[in-house]
Amino acid sequence: MSINQIICDKNDLIENSGVAAMVDGEQIAIFYLPTTEKKIFAISNWDPIGKANILSRGIVGDYEGKIVVSSPLYKQHFDLESGLCLEDEKAPVRTYSVSLKNDKVVMA
Amino acid sequence: MSKLKVVVVGNGMVGHHFVDQMIQSEINAEITVIGGETRPAYDRVHLSEVFAGKQPKDLYLTSREFYSDNGVEAHFGDPVADINRSEKRVITENGQSFEYDKLVLATGSYPFVPPIEGSDRDECLTYRTIDDLAEIKANAEDSKIGVVVGGGLLGLECANAVQNLGLETHVVEFAPGLMGVQLDEGGSKMLRRKIEALGVKVHTQKATTLINENGSTKLRMNFADDTHLDTDMIVFSAGIRPYDQLAKKADLEVGARGGIVVDYHCRTSDSDIYAIGECALFGNMIYGLVAPGYRMAEVAVNQLSDAEEKTSFKGADMSTKLKLLGVDVGSIGDAHGKSANSIGYTFSDEREEIYKRIIVSGDGKTLLGAVLVGDCSDYDTLLQYFLNGIELPEKPENMILPATDGSSAPTLGVSALPMAATICSCHNVSKGDIVASIDGGCCSLGDVKCETKAASGCGGCAALLKNVVDDEMEARGLTVDKSICEHFPHTREELYHMIRVGEIKSFTDLIHKHGKGLGCEICKPAVANILASTWNDHVLEDNHVGLQDTNDTFLANMQKDGTYSVVPRVPGGEIKPKQLIAIGQVGEQYGLYTKITGGQRVDLFGARLNQLPDIWKQLIDAGLETGHAYAKSLRTVKSCVGSTWCRYGVQDSVGTAIDIENRYKGLRSPHKIKMAVSGCTRECAEAQCKDVGIIATENGWNMYVCGNGGMKPRHADLFATDLTTETLIKYIDRFLMFYIKTADRLQRTSVWMGNLEGGLDYLKEVIIADSLGIAEELEQQMAHIISTYQCEWKTAIEDTEKLKRFRQFVNSKEEDANVIFVQERGQIRPANEDEKNERNAQTA
Ligand code: SRM
Ligand SMILES: Cc1cc2nc3c(=O)[nH]c(=O)nc-3n(C[C@H](O)[C@H](O)[C@H](O)COP(=O)(O)OP(=O)(O)OC[C@H]3O[C@@H](n4cnc5c(N)ncnc54)[C@H](O)[C@@H]3O)c2cc1C
Ligand code: SF4
Ligand code: FES
Repeated sequence: MSINQIICDKNDLIENSGVAAMVDGEQIAIFYLPTTEKKIFAISNWDPIGKANILSRGIVGDYEGKIVVSSPLYKQHFDLESGLCLEDEKAPVRTYSVSLKNDKVVMA
Repeated sequence: MSKLKVVVVGNGMVGHHFVDQMIQSEINAEITVIGGETRPAYDRVHLSEVFAGKQPKDLYLTSREFYSDNGVEAHFGDPVADINRSEKRVITENGQSFEYDKLVLATGSYPFVPPIEGSDRDECLTYRTIDDLAEIKANAEDSKIGVVVGGGLLGLECANAVQNLGLETHVVEFAPGLMGVQLDEGGSKMLRRKIEALGVKVHTQKATTLINENGSTKLRMNFADDTHLDTDMIVFSAGIRPYDQLAKKADLEVGARGGIVVDYHCRTSDSDIYAIGECALFGNMIYGLVAPGYRMAEVAVNQLSDAEEKTSFKGADMSTKLKLLGVDVGSIGDAHGKSANSIGYTFSDEREEIYKRIIVSGDGKTLLGAVLVGDCSDYDTLLQYFLNGIELPEKPENMILPATDGSSAPTLGVSALPMAATICSCHNVSKGDIVASIDGGCCSLGDVKCETKAASGCGGCAALLKNVVDDEMEARGLTVDKSICEHFPHTREELYHMIRVGEIKSFTDLIHKHGKGLGCEICKPAVANILASTWNDHVLEDNHVGLQDTNDTFLANMQKDGTYSVVPRVPGGEIKPKQLIAIGQVGEQYGLYTKITGGQRVDLFGARLNQLPDIWKQLIDAGLETGHAYAKSLRTVKSCVGSTWCRYGVQDSVGTAIDIENRYKGLRSPHKIKMAVSGCTRECAEAQCKDVGIIATENGWNMYVCGNGGMKPRHADLFATDLTTETLIKYIDRFLMFYIKTADRLQRTSVWMGNLEGGLDYLKEVIIADSLGIAEELEQQMAHIISTYQCEWKTAIEDTEKLKRFRQFVNSKEEDANVIFVQERGQIRPANEDEKNERNAQTA
């Protein structure tokens, strides 16, 4: 995964929700929260508890000060910045740095 | 150890309770039940409700299946004729014989018919069993006038039934007043006044001497004072007599005026024979109520167990609160003020027709008795003072006097009740039990009801129960924070109100005005759901899409491996062969697992996200629509085949189910809603386990509400009877909208009703009598939803922007390699971990 690698267009994203992308054989979940400071977050699409590639389809929001996605399968919260699972410390997911450049989503 | 042989004679309310308690205990027994009636135990207490529309089967407390499933041998319709104590066996009328180690007599009692010449005529009836009901109904059909002999509690209840049947109703009583056992003279007079105002004619101090034929009516009753009364039928309700003949024949000790004598262990004069319920005489008294009978049954079970702690029956409180012909009547303890040195206080208001009297001890400290007619609001408080010996306030009269200075009567703070105080006497639930259930994790009134069974018998304790629960919650600082989540300090009901009144159309607006933060997986779907129930925009509109639960987002149910299921709507379960073929073709083309669901339709599993739009396009082209299996909304309206084909059907259940399903399809609600329509009382559509159940009658439809299957099954309650289709629809409109307006998120209708103060009766007032004056508004709100219905899938596939959402990856056409199927019984299923590992090893 190289820096500045273009993943998709900004308008492929969905405001206040997630989409999945395939980057070098890895499934990543990209979330676009325009009202937050960072605006764009990416974590692995793999839910280590539900054991399926679905985290991009969860609901995003904040939970006790952390920006999180809730797994659509069994509702655990994953911190979008650290990848930690708030309910199970043994089930973190990988995070990726992504950013918006000229209406493109790129690896940062 | 060989099993203890226990034979139970009589399968009434108490006999059944005994068997039920035996089943629940650890006692290693072989139980045989012999019931004299042809059917297993039923709820006699609510017998009159059959006249108000209940079916006899609604009263059943058990079934033959329940007994056989629990290893209980049961025989019905063949009463026991003899007890052979030396051989320890009982013999039935038909000659069957059963051996026992322990015998339990639960034979109850029968209505006393005074020995009057002519009282054996065909039009002379009694009122105690389901069979009696049928006879009363049949006789009423060609009668205009009905007389009830007996002005006691049961007689007046019977008078209510006779009046419900549309007859001119008379009550004939030998004594000077009505309900002489429970009421003092003043109370009795007030009751008479109120009952007469309701059109029931009361004749007191009348001794019937002869019943003979008469020209214009069927019967004439002749009284000792030379007056007479013409009537078409007579129901005797002049007291009960214990069924103690068996005991007498077997030389067991019986009381001078009947009743099998028992000690405080419910043992008769033969230590291997117990007697419980209304046939037993304890302390020279027959307890004609079910709660004391239940306590006796529990004592007897305890006797048969090897429990070290032996319980005993200590008599029971006979206080009662009831509604007779719509009149509130309450009686506590020494209603007649017979206790030595007692003092009475009376309040009587003839304009409002309210009578209240309390009897207190000479020192004014304890309450000994009370009579209430026309207003029972003080009953719960007075009863607790009485039962727990709580010291009365300095001026006891204030307990019953209406407030003159604006202050309300001193109601008893429930926190003052001792832990041992009985809150629900039907199920013997004390305040301590309720506290324990809250300590054990119950956190709402509904939870406590489920856990302790309190308030699920006669219902008389509901208000008190609520007070205790509220009080306990508060005491724990559990002032139950009803905020939906950290983002909104509001309940769902409040949010609903804000959205409707403030005309708020998006989550962003709502959280700006009334909340904080970004929202979460609790408030977002809840708000999306309220917005849809109110304005009914498409759920995938830009400003709603991020709010939806995954199933709503993709208009399909996510499965364990991240694939989805597809459920087209099949209204009422009726489907054309062509549509079935279309479903079959889609299943075949995409290799989907196909199953008939529990909701009379077909589910196709294993569709990948990106396949959903194509699949739905084909289904829609074949005339199918989305089934909303993914949404908190109307699921299915099941139907039975009904009068069009079935030989028993009395209405077109399929047609009605289809109309109803089409009417409410797409309606978003706090939780899912299921309905069913059956074509007759055989109930093949299982309507009584639905949120709204509809059962055809000869005259229209009976409507049931608030049932469900699922984790805590609950039978629906009868809500209204013999409705026209038009009224039925009106009530459902109102019912559903009221639910949407006031329920909590993810609260099924049953739990919602359990938490509504006033429960079913309140719901009836709001929906049927329009007590809140909102019926029209509710109907209009429903009309808006119905007129804005769209098939969500049809709109979605026509909109390329919305379809972008259904890409597996935004930047690639690859498929999810973790979705792996294997074959089973000729169809696919998700591979399990081992199978996936195996496959990965092979490809590596
Ligand atoms: C497919 C089906 C089982 C089947 O193979 O027959 C089914 C499948 C699911 N049921 Fe069900 N239920 C199905 C009939 C029922 C029934 C029977 C009925 O409707 O007659 C019940 C009990 C009746 C009732 O609801 O009162 C039932 C009680 C539940 C419950 C427990 C509800 C409760 O109040 O306790 C849940 C969980 C929930 O909703 O929170 C549930 C939830 C689910 C979910 C949605 C679980 C989930 O979130 O993944 C399942 C996924 C459906 C799918 O992927 O399409 N399902 N479920 C049935 C679909 C009926 C239909 O055509 O729409
Ligand atoms: C209309 C009505 C309203 C009532 N309302 C209330 C109320 O509001 N609150 C309240 O607490 N109580 C009420 N009661 C009283 C309550 O129903 C009884 O207290 C209760 O049913 C007693 O239960 P049991 O099992 O002792 O007797 P039952 O329910 O009478 O059952 C006895 C059974 O034994 C059977 N039997 C008799 N002899 C034999 C035999 N030899 N062999 C086999 N079987 C035999 C009988 O057929 C009967 O089925 C009401 C009763 C009636 C009729
Ligand atoms: S409920 Fe009645 S009408 Fe419907 S199928 Fe069953 S028997 Fe026939
Ligand atoms: S007292 Fe009858 S239900 Fe509680």
